[in-house]
Amino acid sequence: MSEWWTYGPRDLLLFSAQTYYRLFELYNLEWWPLHILALALGAAVLLLGRRGGERAGRAIAVILALCWLWVAWGFYWQRYASINLAAAYFAWAWGVQALLLLWLGGVRGRLASAPASRLQWRTGRVLLIFALLLFPLIAPLLGRSWTQAELFGMAPDPTALATLGVLLYAGARPAWALFPIPVAWCLISGITLWAMDAPDFAVVPLAALLAVLLAIGGAWAGARSRRSRR
Amino acid sequence: MTRIPNHTRRRLLGAIAAAPLLGSAIGWAQQARPVSRAIPSSGEAIPLIGLGSWITFNVGNDRVARDACAEVMRAFFQAGGRLVDSSPMYGSAQDVIGYGLKKIGRPQDLFVADKVWISGGDEGRAQMKTSRRLWGVPRFDLMQVHNLLSWQAHLPTLFAMKAAGQLRYVGITTSHGRRHRDMEQIMTSQPIDFVQLTYNLFDREAEQRLLPLARERGIAVLANRPFQQGALLDRLGRRSLPPWAAEIDCTSWAQFALKFIVAHPAITCAIPATTRVDHVRENVGAAAGRLPDQAMRTRMAAFVAGR
Repeated sequence: MSEWWTYGPRDLLLFSAQTYYRLFELYNLEWWPLHILALALGAAVLLLGRRGGERAGRAIAVILALCWLWVAWGFYWQRYASINLAAAYFAWAWGVQALLLLWLGGVRGRLASAPASRLQWRTGRVLLIFALLLFPLIAPLLGRSWTQAELFGMAPDPTALATLGVLLYAGARPAWALFPIPVAWCLISGITLWAMDAPDFAVVPLAALLAVLLAIGGAWAGARSRRSRR
Repeated sequence: MTRIPNHTRRRLLGAIAAAPLLGSAIGWAQQARPVSRAIPSSGEAIPLIGLGSWITFNVGNDRVARDACAEVMRAFFQAGGRLVDSSPMYGSAQDVIGYGLKKIGRPQDLFVADKVWISGGDEGRAQMKTSRRLWGVPRFDLMQVHNLLSWQAHLPTLFAMKAAGQLRYVGITTSHGRRHRDMEQIMTSQPIDFVQLTYNLFDREAEQRLLPLARERGIAVLANRPFQQGALLDRLGRRSLPPWAAEIDCTSWAQFALKFIVAHPAITCAIPATTRVDHVRENVGAAAGRLPDQAMRTRMAAFVAGR
């Protein structure tokens, strides 16, 4: 596409807001009651995060990897691809993230809870709780049907946010390779919602930005404390 | 009142519309069928309002939304519309159009306008084959090179297909006012039948060179983004329709915007997209009744500019 730099997000939007939200509705109706399992997995992530430790970190990584794989296939490949030509690429990216979670978190134990600061730990927890419990409320709060709610483990945004929350737990030595894909998705999602004039377009990108800043801050604080111990 | 058969009426209106439009506002009584204008390269007349499918028909596998699109198409054809435009770039739109045509029955006088949007000539041929399958039509009437992508590779293919009777017209497209210089160069060097470009009450750059060139070279013009994807109507909707809009049989801002476009003598057809049956009827209605003359068009442009 020539002069691609002159195209804005609104020029490239392929679908209407109505079609986008209806996608979630049809997806939710198709896979109900899988949502109960997703909620149970979310609760398990929350409890395991509270418990901490290497084994809990490995278990969280496996749960998150399963969720990323499911979203890659169930949402992007099966649903979103029908209205967005880029969805197949998103599916592959989410598959890669699932593999990274399995390798770095499940095998190498890089998701063991080791936050650099109380702020980081609390923010990670708030982000996780927001993704699990509050994010599904956005649809009804904005006047859309409950059936269009976006749930952790089923929909991309809360799954990406919950993952970033978990990554903050391991703030002293963050697994940096696990950040780019969820952060990139949060930006893409925000741009998509902005192009659709959705009032909540900033929520996901800002939450991702907060997670990245705290992760960088935690890594910096961790490095400084290691230097001072020497 | 004696009812004129539709096909006869369409020919009659086409003949009328092919005559020069400007002068005083054309004052024939409001017609139930849309006015047509001739495609310069063939003389075939097509209604001034077509049906676009960008965004509106990309509804994926949603059966309810697909049925709604089919009803929009039904209303469009019932109102006298013929030209439906799509592209492989529009997600599921081609498939949804194919679904609609199968559901409501393909009108005999359907004018199929599609695009090729891929790099490379061989890939273009494969893409057009897929597009035809999705539409469920035996051939395309008009095939356009979308956004001039690989036009050097595609145009020879399209001219060969036209010569072989696999399509009737060849065109190129651009949108949002981009690549007008390239389009101008192709219009002067290639024997194309159609160009498609953005032209509306606010985006009028095409008036400078491309529209006069189209008239000079005998090239038909499809006007895309007549409502700037709804932004134009949102902007206009903050004000009341001026009372003098009744002089050109306008009942809404949508008709006001469309009449401004199709009254330009170089424009062959505007292609608004919609998801609503009442809106598609309103849109096609813009091609009925009186059209503005040049003085009225100037007044319309000044009014929307707030002058």
